[in-house]
Amino acid sequence: MKKLPPWGWAVIVLLLVLLFNLVKTPGFFEFHVRDGRIYGSLIDILNRATPVLLLSLGMTLVIATGGVDLSVGAVMAMTGATAACLIAQPTNSPLSSINVHQSIPQIIVISLFVALLCGTFNGMLVSWLGLQPIVATLLLMVAGRGIAQLLSNGQIITFQFPAFQAIGNGGTLGLPNPMWIGVIVACLFGLLVRGTALGLFVSAVGSNPIAAKNSGINPGRVKMVAYVLTALCAGIAGIIGTADIQAADATNAGLNLELDAILAVSVGGTFSNSGRFSIFGSVVGAILMQTLTTTILTRGVSADATLIIKAIVVVTVCLLQSPEFRNLFSKLGSFVPKKSGGVA
Amino acid sequence: MAGERPTCLQLTGIGKRFPGVVALAGVDFDLRQGEIHALLGENGAGKSTLIKVMTGVYTADDGTVDLNGKQYAFKTPQEAVNAGISTVYQEVNLLPNLSIAENICLGREAKGAFGIKWNDVRARAVKALARLDLKLDVKAPLSSLSIALQQMVAIARALDVSAKVLVLDEPTSSLDAHEVEQLFATMRKLREEGLGIIFVTHFLDQVYAVSDRITILRNGQKIGVWNASELPRLELVSQMIGRDAAVLESQGTASLTTETSTPFLTFEGVGRKGAIEGVQLNIGPGQVMGFAGLLGSGRSETVRLIFGADTKDSGNFLLDGRTIQRFNQRKAILSGIGLCPEDRKKEGVFPELSIRENILVVYQAKRGWLRKLSLPKQKQMAGALAKDLGVHPPDIERPIQFLSGGNQQKALLARWMAVEPRLLLLDEPTRGIDVGAKFEIMSLVSKQREEGRSFVFVSSELTEVVRTCQSVLVMRDRKAIKTLTGKEITEDSIIHAIAEDSK
Repeated sequence: MKKLPPWGWAVIVLLLVLLFNLVKTPGFFEFHVRDGRIYGSLIDILNRATPVLLLSLGMTLVIATGGVDLSVGAVMAMTGATAACLIAQPTNSPLSSINVHQSIPQIIVISLFVALLCGTFNGMLVSWLGLQPIVATLLLMVAGRGIAQLLSNGQIITFQFPAFQAIGNGGTLGLPNPMWIGVIVACLFGLLVRGTALGLFVSAVGSNPIAAKNSGINPGRVKMVAYVLTALCAGIAGIIGTADIQAADATNAGLNLELDAILAVSVGGTFSNSGRFSIFGSVVGAILMQTLTTTILTRGVSADATLIIKAIVVVTVCLLQSPEFRNLFSKLGSFVPKKSGGVA
Repeated sequence: MAGERPTCLQLTGIGKRFPGVVALAGVDFDLRQGEIHALLGENGAGKSTLIKVMTGVYTADDGTVDLNGKQYAFKTPQEAVNAGISTVYQEVNLLPNLSIAENICLGREAKGAFGIKWNDVRARAVKALARLDLKLDVKAPLSSLSIALQQMVAIARALDVSAKVLVLDEPTSSLDAHEVEQLFATMRKLREEGLGIIFVTHFLDQVYAVSDRITILRNGQKIGVWNASELPRLELVSQMIGRDAAVLESQGTASLTTETSTPFLTFEGVGRKGAIEGVQLNIGPGQVMGFAGLLGSGRSETVRLIFGADTKDSGNFLLDGRTIQRFNQRKAILSGIGLCPEDRKKEGVFPELSIRENILVVYQAKRGWLRKLSLPKQKQMAGALAKDLGVHPPDIERPIQFLSGGNQQKALLARWMAVEPRLLLLDEPTRGIDVGAKFEIMSLVSKQREEGRSFVFVSSELTEVVRTCQSVLVMRDRKAIKTLTGKEITEDSIIHAIAEDSK
């Protein structure tokens, strides 16, 4: 068997789940056109996968450099709260003094600026102060929701602003806007990573930080870039989330999504400190996670079981990625090929 | 020296083989009661293997271990400890967050009906330390002590069991001069008590300061055993390196002295505490400067200073006539200095990345992240460099971890050739690679030198140093002691310089 790329197993499992639906779930592959919008399970999956997809893009780089960013969910909450406060201008919010006169570009820029600050903070803790990434980002994971509470003065801020809401629930050319945003950001990321030398530097820092330093790369700066990009992605996801529900909920926005993003990245074949990572793999991983959720829900399995089934699939893919595990199986005389794959 | 004391540890015909390597072949070793016996040899001579055989980490393939007339075949370190052989390793491997008493008695605490009897434990620790003339608060955490005292605690722990033989494996490498003296005093005291001590070190002055006898190993074989007072330094060094000191004849090698060009890199008495002191050197275009000295003499440390991996804390560092204060690897690379590190695996290669990426990483880092070299150009450039240097296999998309050591080294050289540095620092570039690759690397150096590139060449193989270098800086015990140039460079002059008494 030819060598499988690192994202190979994720694609195979995704295809298997889709195949399962083709046989078992009637109407899974159907599309309807209503009011100029296309509807269907597949569109729905892509649309709903967007937040995790965005988070996993940045998370891929962070994990590739040997770190992890636990704060992305909280960053989503902070940017969402910022955007909502700028629109709704609630009394007692520290943001009330900034009046952007409902200018959408300004709302987005200021919200993303908040995300940028968060990313810089994480990056500083990790690369300058040398804190362990898991601890450094845990700080903002916990404190971030508090900051979001402060920004929104402890309330759930709701607003009515159709032009802004369209970011979260509108459509363009018949497809939902979040999906478009996800596609565009993913393409930009691919371009950034493969079109510049950033990808090589990230791989180098992840593979051997000492050798990277000896090669004239500044590992601290590379890590900083990774954390900032991750926070910006989280910011975009936060804006989409807020626009979708026309409200900012500091306690629940983006809750636990950092874990989904980490799972999506692992399923996609990116490993910590291995010097190899795949943006495409993380995209597949994020879509796989959402496909599973949707499949389980449309099959009428109780929502409680969702997490367990997800966990089983993630563990399976991760085990398949491990050459040791596959060798174990081929020793047992199974059909799993012995040749260790997965080195891109 | 008291005459013939009884032998306590006798190793006879010890052989140990690893896949593809004979680590020890028929080595005899004997340790008497109440003596300090130095075990010497260059890297890879078999010292650590021998130590591991006598301490139960390895089981010997051939030969016997007798302790006080009883034959043993240790299968685990614990068995050796129980028999009375205790070891203190180079790195203090105790638990810094536990108390001194806990560290000394860990695993053999006196237990009563209510768990550990702490009073007994503490009393025992105090007693063990008293044997070394130490009075410490045994309830304090180990981390509150200096490294030297931690070392003492490790010895106290080793002696807490009824040890008959104490093995000290490079115990002084992280100690300063005063602390070493302290340790030696302890060793002499234990010797008086009749303990047999095996002392492994790289520092020759220390060998003569405390040892009664010296055993030298080379290439897994015992070269001989001498009374320390009867073995001159020069003889010792040549026995270790394997050159006959009596053959005092220059090999008439091609040290074409080109004492021309103005230096672009100058060190004036540069040093770094605990690493190296008093380095004087001038490197000009087209010069190959060798660093010679035994392992741990400060060669690699000097290389690190030149490359900016460490910062100096004394002396002047001039580059192109300008004084350098703050320097780092990136600045070094931008000013045309490159490094092939001694530990290729740890500091050089990116194992999972392809040969192409490994070759071009410095070139790309120099260009900056925005100006990425296009893939076709990368393939062309890396392919050409890999071919020039004879990297095998020529498939440059393979991860570098699948290459042999020699080919990895060639790929690292290709990495630097890509950026055409003015000065390339080669730290043990020929270690662990086969003869063919060695030869190719050496001829590359001389070819490049003619084109005006300079090199710093660090090697334990004096033949290589003599053959390639126009000047040689000799180091001993973390001090730069002598610079040899031109015709002065012979294997003997280097051995002499290394062995000279440090007065």
